[in-house]
Amino acid sequence: MSDKILELDQVSKNFGGNHAVSAVSFALKEGEIVGLIGPNGAGKTTLVNVITGVQRASAGRIHFDGLDVTDQRPFQAARRGLARTFQIVQPFPAMTVLENVAAGALFGGAQASRAEATAAARTHLEFVGLAAFADRPASALTLSGRKRLELAKSLAMKPKLLMLDEVNAGLNTSEIDGALTLIRKIADRGVTILVIEHLMKVVMSLAQRLLVLHHGQLIADGVPREIVDDPRVIEAYLGGKFAKRVKEMQHG
Amino acid sequence: MTPTTRYLIFALWVIVLASTPLWAGNYFVRMAITIAMFSALTLSWNLIGGFTGYPSLSTAAFFGLGCYVGALSQRAGVPMILAWVAATVFVAVLAAVFGAIILRLRGHYFAIGSIGLVEVLRLVTSSWGSLTGGGDGLNVPLVQGGPNVVAQTFLAAMVTIMVIVFVVTVLVDRGRLGFGLRCIQQNEDAADMVGVDTTRYKVIAYTLSAMFCGTVGAAYASWTGYIDPTDTFSILMTIKVPVMCLLGGAGTVLGPVVGTGVYMILEEILWANFLDYNRAILGAVTVLLILFLPGGLLRISYKTVLAQLAARFNRLGAAA
Repeated sequence: MSDKILELDQVSKNFGGNHAVSAVSFALKEGEIVGLIGPNGAGKTTLVNVITGVQRASAGRIHFDGLDVTDQRPFQAARRGLARTFQIVQPFPAMTVLENVAAGALFGGAQASRAEATAAARTHLEFVGLAAFADRPASALTLSGRKRLELAKSLAMKPKLLMLDEVNAGLNTSEIDGALTLIRKIADRGVTILVIEHLMKVVMSLAQRLLVLHHGQLIADGVPREIVDDPRVIEAYLGGKFAKRVKEMQHG
Repeated sequence: MTPTTRYLIFALWVIVLASTPLWAGNYFVRMAITIAMFSALTLSWNLIGGFTGYPSLSTAAFFGLGCYVGALSQRAGVPMILAWVAATVFVAVLAAVFGAIILRLRGHYFAIGSIGLVEVLRLVTSSWGSLTGGGDGLNVPLVQGGPNVVAQTFLAAMVTIMVIVFVVTVLVDRGRLGFGLRCIQQNEDAADMVGVDTTRYKVIAYTLSAMFCGTVGAAYASWTGYIDPTDTFSILMTIKVPVMCLLGGAGTVLGPVVGTGVYMILEEILWANFLDYNRAILGAVTVLLILFLPGGLLRISYKTVLAQLAARFNRLGAAA
């Protein structure tokens, strides 16, 4: 029980008659990398929004680090060590890259002063490889740079759990490889990571466990190899052809 | 511009305004009082409108409320300065309560909600005759002494309030609060996600921006000796203050002061020279300034402008 960092119990979210998330239950263990996959509109981002308090759950309870956080607000989630990156990056555009990260350190990471927050921000920028851009406005970064900035900002909040919402969407192959290395390095620090993705390559190589969401319901929870064999998952998401290819890759 | 330069410019400006009785006539002293008064209002607005990016149009509501709280307190026998403090506290409390309600709105919706407060308070004041004198207005006990003494007293008062609001602005700008407010201004959802308690920060900013309008209002009531609802809850004031701030540079420390100075002097020159069309000209100037200088006077890179002018001049010289 104690090694569970996040636990969802029958969590639902309705928008009027639309059940975006229905009765989802799962738990994340400390230090795990878990992938959350599902076709477009499956409710992945809604689920993350509910966990971080952006939207309130219609039913069910969420526990984080031994605390009932079902009714928390986003800023409380941030201070408790529940960080997330956005599918559509959300920088403070007119601030410098350094100030963006310092904001995370000061408010989410509970640094005592702006000077300390700035110092902490520098080390995080170095870690994600953006140190050279520290004094440029965030709006001057490329998409891949902005995603790195999001990562640095989240790390500055000293997260226990990091939720990466499509952190690789829109990146090219070499940029994705760079991002994967970075995510592994973050996991090595003991941060639990939930990767929300639809790029199979990313989740298959990163995650120790996969959760599959379809029409707001959790239809599978298991190790990646089993997941691609699961007929319901193949039906819902992968399509028979891709599942076959993955299987051939693994056996051959 | 380094912070030190900014503070030096402001200190010089304070000296210029405060010393008008020594080197100029009553007309200029009166103008200095008005400039200091509007500077305090503009600096206040900057906290919510500039730093936080919430286009508040409730300046006149807090100013007018301050007028009435101050005037009624003084009529009840409270000493003048204490009446001003009472007005400040009363307005701060009301702003915190009202802010907690309307700061849920964003953008244009917030602007309309905030201007509603001006109208509601004006109507309440006009209708509640037994307390406020209604449309007849209220007389406020006059400060004893000749016109020069009165002018100097209120010049000192308004300049002091302006300096206090400036100091508050500097402290906010350099501290945690200012950083959080800028995050909200840039992207409120992202600010929330990095751990800024956005509701609390916005209410603090709104309260800070309101309370000194209350002080200024109470001081204004004591200065003029007579207040009425249309004069104090004036839509024109509620619009003028943000315009002045935008003119100088919203979200900067010195911008509100520069904007107020430039606007008031411009207004005075136009008023004196174009009696019929001064409002129209001022309106046109305002629109042009905001269209072509959206960041305000302080955001222009004067070096670039001078370099471009020099280049053009050289080309003209070469052609001839």
